[in-house]
Amino acid sequence: MRILLVDDEEELVSTLAERLSYRGLDTDWACSAKEALSKSGQQIYDIAVLDIKMPETDGFKLKRQLQENNPKMKFIFMTGHGSDNYYHIGSAETGREFYLVKPVNIDLLIDKLNEVLQKQGGV
Amino acid sequence: MRKRQEVFNFRRIWLLSFLLTSGFSIVPVIFFAVIDYNVTERLTLSDTVFRTSRLTSNTWRSVAFFLNERQSALRFIVGENSFEDLNEPRRLSKILDNLRNIYGGFTDLGVIDSDGLQRVYVGPYSLIGKNYSDQQWFRNVVSRGIFISDVFLGFRNIPHLVIAIKYKSADGRFYVLRATIEHNLARILSEVNTVPQDSAGIDSDRKTDVFLINREGILQTESSYFGNVLKKISIPVPELSDETEVIESHDSFGADLIVGYRYIPETPFILMIVKDRNILMKPWRESRQELIQYLAVSITIIILWILGITTYLVRRLKETDRRRVKYLHMAEYSNKLASIGRLAAGVAHEINNPLAIINEKAGLVKDIFHYKKEYQHDPRLMETMDAILNSVERCSRITRQLLNFARHMNVSVQQINLKSLVQEVLSFLAKEAEYRSIDVVVDIKEDIPDFESDRGKLQQILLNIINNAFAAMTTGGSVTIRARAMADARVQIEISDTGCGISRENLKFIFEPFFSTKTEVGGTGLGLSITYSLAKELGGRIEVESKVGEGTTFIINLPMKLEKKEQ
Repeated sequence: MRILLVDDEEELVSTLAERLSYRGLDTDWACSAKEALSKSGQQIYDIAVLDIKMPETDGFKLKRQLQENNPKMKFIFMTGHGSDNYYHIGSAETGREFYLVKPVNIDLLIDKLNEVLQKQGGV
Repeated sequence: MRKRQEVFNFRRIWLLSFLLTSGFSIVPVIFFAVIDYNVTERLTLSDTVFRTSRLTSNTWRSVAFFLNERQSALRFIVGENSFEDLNEPRRLSKILDNLRNIYGGFTDLGVIDSDGLQRVYVGPYSLIGKNYSDQQWFRNVVSRGIFISDVFLGFRNIPHLVIAIKYKSADGRFYVLRATIEHNLARILSEVNTVPQDSAGIDSDRKTDVFLINREGILQTESSYFGNVLKKISIPVPELSDETEVIESHDSFGADLIVGYRYIPETPFILMIVKDRNILMKPWRESRQELIQYLAVSITIIILWILGITTYLVRRLKETDRRRVKYLHMAEYSNKLASIGRLAAGVAHEINNPLAIINEKAGLVKDIFHYKKEYQHDPRLMETMDAILNSVERCSRITRQLLNFARHMNVSVQQINLKSLVQEVLSFLAKEAEYRSIDVVVDIKEDIPDFESDRGKLQQILLNIINNAFAAMTTGGSVTIRARAMADARVQIEISDTGCGISRENLKFIFEPFFSTKTEVGGTGLGLSITYSLAKELGGRIEVESKVGEGTTFIINLPMKLEKKEQ
């Protein structure tokens, strides 16, 4: 399983990628939409973890662009706006998917990754 | 801000409206009262004058008739008897007897020749040979042909008067026939006096005084005002007039009098009728008193009424103003709250990112300690990292609360497909339902169109109620979610459970804040209260029906279009 982390905070996304690598997950990261798209063009990722609010773009827009490269790609969202560990209140954009609220608990993230990847079809 | 409370000076408003209203109400009342007062006075007075005038005329006619009758009798005697007959004392004595029989009151009768010498006399005195040529009355009768004397008191102290007429004999000389009459004018007048001629029914005791005076103002008959015969009256002798006149005068005590008079022609007499103005005006004065009482009562009632109304209105005004200030205050408060919310959200968001980095960095350090053997055996390192992570968790809890607080402020309108929204909400609860073997039935009619509402708030409402339904059931049971479109552009969602139900007395308080039956298991009593206010924010309402032991149904009724609310 290859994971792509996208967040405009390089420190955050790089550290998170390193921590996931420690847990044996094949993780890559990008800190802009452009970088994320170029990376997804070179390599196939199974799942992307996207920050919703980024400069110049947002997670939903980026999701659609990434899906053009790889329609089978699955997604998890992160947001700084949330009241719970899981931000329940979704929107039509994300269907019934969960958001993860920053600061992200790494164990929750791994649970979520497994859950989404195991689900047939997914988002 | 504090000054706003003093925009209105209520004391001044009260005083001003009270004075203005009172003024406008009372002035016309007083105005009409004064007019009525004057009109009534004038009417009463003119009525009195009219009645006095009529009485004077009638009495004058009686008196004039009395005198005329006696003059005519004498004229008849002179015309009917020759000079020789009248010069005959026995004949004259016979005539005097006849006069006494017919008219009464004749005392004596005499014939005086043109030289003023008493030629014949019949009567109680011996006046034959008395010469009257130098007396005023004789000269008057010679020049005018008739004379009626003032009243004088005879020897018996009875008022008398003299009537003398001139007549011519066959030889061309003239003679004078002179009669003394014990006049009973007082009786004629007193008849007038005692007849209760006033329709007003006032006792005639002192109010009407009828008497005769001569032209010098000497009383010719008794007067209840001015005394006995031959006294002088204390009011001036009225001006000469051919008509009946009514004047106003004052007596020596200052009392107002109404005086009717008429000169009796060819006599020295003036008929006088005197009335006390105060007594005559008594009905008017009484009605005046009533008028003043009425006026006082009216004005008192008006003033009390206005006082009451003004006080009531100003109090209402004050109350409204107080409420206005309160609402203004509340609006300011909620504005302030919104500002704080925005500020909090901004701060929380800005802090969240560095917090996330600290979280990851600390996590990474912990990971390194965990995965690298050389650090594994130092428990202090691990404890320190856990302490950092705990602090980060605490901070992030705070930022989440701040964000949560801010999120409550606004309603954001979205198009909502109810079916997918309900499915979304159920997906959060699918695991719990499965674990507790709760059967969830969804029956949402296909004809419900997409409608406008706040997605997040609606989700929270449904989540809260379904959570509540789950909590009402121990294991098993079912939750049914039904929805249908209503006629008035509303949608109705019913959520029923087969749980323990809510007792009738608890049902009353179910939406009240801090009301909870689950306090011992950590209920705050805010869930349904927040749900209720969320539904209100969406323009909807929530009702609840329940039977203990059978289950509870929540009915949510929402508009399909959100009204724009002023922020």
